[in-house]
Amino acid sequence: MKKLLILGAGTSGTMMANHLRKKIAQNEWEITIVDQFKTHYYQPGFLFLPFDIYTEDQVKKTGKNFIPKGVKYIQKKIEQIFPNENKVQLEDETLTYDILIIATGCKIAPEETEGMKGKNWQKNVFDFYTYEGSLALRNKLRGWKGGDLVVHFTEMPIKCPVAPLEFVFLADSYFRNKGMRDKVNLTYVTPLGGAFTKPQCTKALEYLLKEKNIRVVTDFAIEKVDNENNQIVDYGDIKVDFDLLVTVPTNKGDEVIARSGMGDDLNFVPTHHNTLQSLAHENVFVIGDATNVPASKAGSVAHFASETLTDNILLYIKGKPLKEEFDGHANCFIETGNKKALLIDFNYKQEPVHGTFPIAGIGPLSLLKESKMNHFGKLAFRWIYWNMLLKGTPIPMVGRNMSMKGKKLSITKK
Amino acid sequence: MEAVLEKIKVNEEGYLLDFSQWNKSVGEEIAIKEGITMTDRHWEVIKWLQDKVQADEALSIRGIKTSGVLDIKEFYALFPGGPLKISTKIAGVPKPKSCI
Repeated sequence: MKKLLILGAGTSGTMMANHLRKKIAQNEWEITIVDQFKTHYYQPGFLFLPFDIYTEDQVKKTGKNFIPKGVKYIQKKIEQIFPNENKVQLEDETLTYDILIIATGCKIAPEETEGMKGKNWQKNVFDFYTYEGSLALRNKLRGWKGGDLVVHFTEMPIKCPVAPLEFVFLADSYFRNKGMRDKVNLTYVTPLGGAFTKPQCTKALEYLLKEKNIRVVTDFAIEKVDNENNQIVDYGDIKVDFDLLVTVPTNKGDEVIARSGMGDDLNFVPTHHNTLQSLAHENVFVIGDATNVPASKAGSVAHFASETLTDNILLYIKGKPLKEEFDGHANCFIETGNKKALLIDFNYKQEPVHGTFPIAGIGPLSLLKESKMNHFGKLAFRWIYWNMLLKGTPIPMVGRNMSMKGKKLSITKK
Repeated sequence: MEAVLEKIKVNEEGYLLDFSQWNKSVGEEIAIKEGITMTDRHWEVIKWLQDKVQADEALSIRGIKTSGVLDIKEFYALFPGGPLKISTKIAGVPKPKSCI
């Protein structure tokens, strides 16, 4: 019996377990998946939880329930991978494998920035990329009387790079609905050169910031959080005052990658951009947020990647050449507040453009334009995630590679 | 000297679209436009940035801190203003960006 081992039962790992169990003979291959934690979180929901749009129960379920029959589920800590020996050491046992899939994701590392996880952490300095952080922020916002709300992210790459911008848009709506928008100053602080960094997106979307009266501070490379003066300070000595800071700390791959000597500076695993095979070991494949590929760290990317990776695992088993197929395809809803959203579709090379989706010329969803339909799409996505995406069910009309049908390459300024 | 940049393909913000068109003279000309006089120390940083991009590693100010090449204070002194934004332009590599 040969052994296929998946590390991590998050979005990517769960999808791979579901895809592969259907396609690989049970009498030839044993599939095992390992994850330290019992709960599977719907991470896009962490954006909505602080604003009381979602409840706790809507964003978490028991992970094991999404692992198919015929896959062995082990809930234990992963201590170290020994890729030269085809072994993985867990807290109290060692597993061997013929094929390894690394899907250990990434997570926030606030300790990378001086003072971030200091005495004010979860008092007036919050993250919303963890369940605990998002929930603590919800409780804070419920009673907050107003002041300077600063939304900040530390550095790229981060999971869901548009989430901080969505947060500031939703905050605008949230305080309007509470009748206290005039008591809140909203500032968006980015290490990049603009709130939008791609020319077509800037043209199409910069009006949103003016419309919602959001101040933007660019090129801000954070040095520290000053907990005495409630300021974030950058290396160029620019200071931004806050009463409430919502920050996205540095994101790093799991520590097990560092312990195993398999990652880069941020614990991301060097991975072939188009095959998703590890660059260092031919029987090791990497998917989702754990890779260093220059695609967005997003569930939709993991979904498209899982289809290519499934084919490539099957090809690898047969000893055939792998498909160099994955194009970094991402398809993401972006909340803009007031029950509207945008939809963007892009890949490694093509930036988001206008058009219709998924049916060329018809839609019903419009790309890079605000609409109520897109907002309902985003809300419907939660159902799709739990009921289709994790189970590896193909989403009708949405292909793994980006299609240029129905897209307009050049847009005029709104 | 301006002729050096004439045949170079750049985007709307002046970043090279094709790294194979980069050479030291191109970098030098972009630096002049940014008001920077290049020294050996500047070129060391440029080479480090290019190597990082080649290795698919994300560029960030924090990365400078752990680079072992220079500290952040010196980085700001060498490329005043937005150091990462300016140095990547001179290096002929894309500036760090998001997905929109």
